[in-house]
Amino acid sequence: MTAAVKLTEVSKVYGRGPAALLAVDRLSLTVRRGEFVCLIGASGCGKSTLLGMVAGLDTPTSGQVDTGGHRVSIMFQEPALFPWLTARKNVELAMRARKVPKKERQRRAIELLASVHLAEFADQRPHELSGGMRQRVALARALAHEADVLLMDEPFGALDAMTRDLLHDELDRICSERSLTVLFVTHNVREAVRLGDRVVVLSSRPGTVIDEYQVPRSGPRRIDSVQVAELASTVTDRMREEMSRHGS
Amino acid sequence: MAVNTAITGLDTLELARQQAGSKSAELARKAWKATWPKLLAIAIVLAAWQLFYGSDFHGDTADHFVKSPASTLTDLSDQLKHAQLWQAIGSTLQTAIAGYLLALLIGSVVGALVSRIPPLRAAVGSIISGLQTMPSIAWFPFAIILFGDNESAILFVMVLGAAPSIANGLITGVDYTPPLLLRAGKTMGLRGLALYRYLILPASLPAYVAGLKQGWAFAWRSLMAGELLVIIVGHLSLGVLLNTAQQNQDLSGAISIMIVILVIGILVDMIFSKADLAVRRRRGLLDSPA
Repeated sequence: MTAAVKLTEVSKVYGRGPAALLAVDRLSLTVRRGEFVCLIGASGCGKSTLLGMVAGLDTPTSGQVDTGGHRVSIMFQEPALFPWLTARKNVELAMRARKVPKKERQRRAIELLASVHLAEFADQRPHELSGGMRQRVALARALAHEADVLLMDEPFGALDAMTRDLLHDELDRICSERSLTVLFVTHNVREAVRLGDRVVVLSSRPGTVIDEYQVPRSGPRRIDSVQVAELASTVTDRMREEMSRHGS
Repeated sequence: MAVNTAITGLDTLELARQQAGSKSAELARKAWKATWPKLLAIAIVLAAWQLFYGSDFHGDTADHFVKSPASTLTDLSDQLKHAQLWQAIGSTLQTAIAGYLLALLIGSVVGALVSRIPPLRAAVGSIISGLQTMPSIAWFPFAIILFGDNESAILFVMVLGAAPSIANGLITGVDYTPPLLLRAGKTMGLRGLALYRYLILPASLPAYVAGLKQGWAFAWRSLMAGELLVIIVGHLSLGVLLNTAQQNQDLSGAISIMIVILVIGILVDMIFSKADLAVRRRRGLLDSPA
């Protein structure tokens, strides 16, 4: 087993003194290469903080984050596209920072947009696209890093169910085509079970791993299939148990 | 594959809704929509003026000073036939451009430095805000003592009036760069100058353009005040013409020059508004696609 991402006893504290908030508490997690891991937990479990640390945007207060030299790319709940650039230029910019030659950038950008079915919208600006399309441009941009590890922070959270459903299928396809390692944060249990090879449940405030579920891989899944529903209800029960711990 | 077609279908459905409103054949309607408020404004001014002229209110029954709109406009059109007015417009615009470009340069450099260097920020930031509250005309005695009665005094006050607005526009723009975009930029590997060039500067553009527009308004006001206060011997300008009209008690002459000043101000303001609109439209920051 080769690890793509290895978190060892990672903690993150925000603030100082009596007002300090422990967001993540000695969390350890290993994601294998090519694995699709969904992190799930109620609000305040430090999911986004965790991804930020893996992406190198935040530094852990203690513990180690090891991405083994893999290139890491991140996608947020909002598309976070640059509104002054067209879809194509947005994707190209991700390659410019890596100094990919111009011709190559242009070719790859169109290729990536085509892979999310947006080639014909390459010259539109983000505000001219729908929410789902913007999120696909963001996906194309994230892929433009040629990253081995893709971090996704509730990327479909703001989309309607129908669009989200289609994007799940898209993500499935793209991940298997590119043998990506994915760390996917969501608060939607069914989404986690639908997409993940493994679903990791985090506790709330501070966040730490309390349980994990292996999802049996048996061909393409659907969010409304019986297997997904069954496992989802098990996970939901586990999460409710965790939440009631905070309620009492 | 079914998913492909479903996705493309969904895209078409979602975009059709957005494109339904925008048709290009409405140009004439748009032009009319843009002009009628201006025409109405001119009509109201002329009507009020005519009423004032026709009333006994001004007590100038002999028509010594107060002229009707018609005779003033004739006066203006006569002046427009003479080279003198055009020379004055030319030299005033020259000063305007020189002063504004200087303010643009200084304001942008100061804005860029202040927005990126925190200690400078704390100190210079409040100086900039302070400068903005200072009426520019109050600087003239200082400027005239320092530079004498010449163009440098006027340029100095123009820069003091306009540069703070321009600097502030840039600083505001940098401050309001969405943190999420900064995070996205950093994960893309944009650092240092590249981060500035590809993310922070373009993101600041709308606020910067707003600052440029405000800066122009200040520069233009300072320039007019300057031309009235700083008497440069042998130099023709709109301010000089206005002064001459005042000395000759030539009300319609003064009004003619005021109209010229107003029109120039409005025209330049329109250019800035257009730029502002274009920037915001490109980013989808306008409510309607109009």
